[in-house]
Amino acid sequence: MTTLQLKNIVKRYKSQTVLDDLSLSVADGETLVLFGPSGAGKTVLLRMVAGVIEPDEGQILIGGEDMAEVDAEHRGIGMAFQNFALFPHMSAFDNIASPLTATRSSKDAIAAGVQKVAKLLKIDHVLSHHPKALSNGQKQRTALARALAGSPPLLLLDDPLRNVDAKLRFEMRLELPRLLAAQGATVVYVTQDYKEAMALGDRIAVMSQGRIRQIGTPAEIYLAPADIEIARLFGDPTINLLDVVPKEGPDGIYVELSDVRIALPGMPGAVVGKSCVIGLRPEAIVFTKAGAPGAIPVAVEAETPLNEKTVTLVMTMRKREVLVSRPAGTPGPASGPAHIAVDGRTAFLFDKQSGALIASAAASMTRNGEAA
Amino acid sequence: METTSTFEKIFRGTALLLIVLFFMFPILWIFLMSFQTNETILRIPPSVVFTPTFENYQALITGKLTSAAGTLDIAFMRNLGNSVFLSVASVAVALVLGVPAAYAFARHKFRGSEDIAFTLLSFRFAPPLLVLLPLTQYFQWLGLADTYFGLIWVYQLICLPLILWIVRGYFEDISADVEYAYRIAGHSWFATFRKIALPLAGPGIAAAGLLAFIFAWNNFVFALVLASADKQPVTVGALAFVTASGIQYGQIAAAIVLSITPTLAIALYAQRYLVEGLSLGAVKG
Repeated sequence: MTTLQLKNIVKRYKSQTVLDDLSLSVADGETLVLFGPSGAGKTVLLRMVAGVIEPDEGQILIGGEDMAEVDAEHRGIGMAFQNFALFPHMSAFDNIASPLTATRSSKDAIAAGVQKVAKLLKIDHVLSHHPKALSNGQKQRTALARALAGSPPLLLLDDPLRNVDAKLRFEMRLELPRLLAAQGATVVYVTQDYKEAMALGDRIAVMSQGRIRQIGTPAEIYLAPADIEIARLFGDPTINLLDVVPKEGPDGIYVELSDVRIALPGMPGAVVGKSCVIGLRPEAIVFTKAGAPGAIPVAVEAETPLNEKTVTLVMTMRKREVLVSRPAGTPGPASGPAHIAVDGRTAFLFDKQSGALIASAAASMTRNGEAA
Repeated sequence: METTSTFEKIFRGTALLLIVLFFMFPILWIFLMSFQTNETILRIPPSVVFTPTFENYQALITGKLTSAAGTLDIAFMRNLGNSVFLSVASVAVALVLGVPAAYAFARHKFRGSEDIAFTLLSFRFAPPLLVLLPLTQYFQWLGLADTYFGLIWVYQLICLPLILWIVRGYFEDISADVEYAYRIAGHSWFATFRKIALPLAGPGIAAAGLLAFIFAWNNFVFALVLASADKQPVTVGALAFVTASGIQYGQIAAAIVLSITPTLAIALYAQRYLVEGLSLGAVKG
């Protein structure tokens, strides 16, 4: 266990700034997920922590110690690579043993260490195989085992589930938190998959264009995304974003969708008359009967049944597309005209120009709830 | 599965046979010549029917060349020994110097690295004759003329660029992540070079070494100018067969057979590595 702090890291390649004055700190034993689209600088950042790329400016502290003059092999790090980076000329056993041979442990201690981690990852039956003879899933587990074998206090996982099939990814998503908890290490986990980020992270740092755009617990980021882009990255199907101009009525602030008023309780008065974008999670929209209060008339365009939910694309009067998600098996219209209702308490308001979050009713409610 | 018709098979076989005949015929002819006397070689029309004789090989091995003009001493076996020594030593030196240099060029982009690498390659552009005259002068001043040390040094002009540029490509082919992974696991850069980079580039290093050996073995002009009789390799030594009383075709043929045997044997043995090494992507994990 150790802490990790990054202070004002800058990295440029030629004229392109890859990491732009980035600061971050990871607490002892915490799992921090670096989440962001490709090209955001996640991998570069991870390699910098590992010591194989040097920052142009800034400081990296592991356990409070400056790493500027410390070579990669002395940083006490375990790392799993997205492309596995197994040693092709060594057996799985020797691959996993590599962090143990570095410390010149005895043969028995090495064998015991490898067996232990191999059992944990269920690859103890393929230890004699070379990487070429391993399936993709086994390769991924071997790479993970190699990262874990030396019991490093700091574990860097660079999108380790990227190159494995969906079934394995699902399995590992369940298994990894248990493994990481057992390891007791401080973990930095890089991913492009928001579900993985939500499942694994104690906190999530959302990166884009070399900066950290938002950092917080999975719930904080889901319920109060800092801007439109982040709101779009989290959630499947993606959030509905509609241009609106909030108005103030006798019952408080409201917006109009297809001339139907949606009350937005808890929104600050400053938003009135401003060009905004309202964010509505597909699961926060429900089908309702005509004539029910707040019912918005729509036309059903398409229905996509997924395993656990059904996603319906509907069109409003003014030809704006809205996605509605409901649990599979619950009734809903498959075609033709229908009505939807929106709960204003779950909506987000973003500034149309800057894209920044102005207010979210849900977040303020959660905070109140926690306080109470 | 690809299906081939009978016609295709026959056509392919015939084409291959023609190509093999075309390329192998000179070698086969030389092989046959080496078992004939000058008279049978020079008769017209030529014939493949003859009584084989081991005279030529005998003359080479004993070092006594008997011709119409009398007996002549030739140092063919010594030349062969020189060839082996010079080629092996040159390739060994070139590997010791070239492989670490290739690694440095592949992994570390330092100021002027491209220029240095290119300069080394440019040694192979210049015709050897161009550098020979000044080189002979310098070698005489330095006392390096007619020494094995000097010859091996000059042979680096042939071997070093070859090894450097081929092996560099192999090192560049190894995913940097694989080396990073070994470093991060706690090993020094030198251990990483020894345990990861060297074994993974192994086929490439073997192929480059073999090519360098063949080039060194076949070199003629450096040894002709810079070495005296007792240090000359076979390529130069074969000149001795052009005697006052005529050209000893039989002995030349036998000498050729003897001198291509080592390279041919190595090439056949290392064929697997050569194919593996010279085809790209051989080190991908």
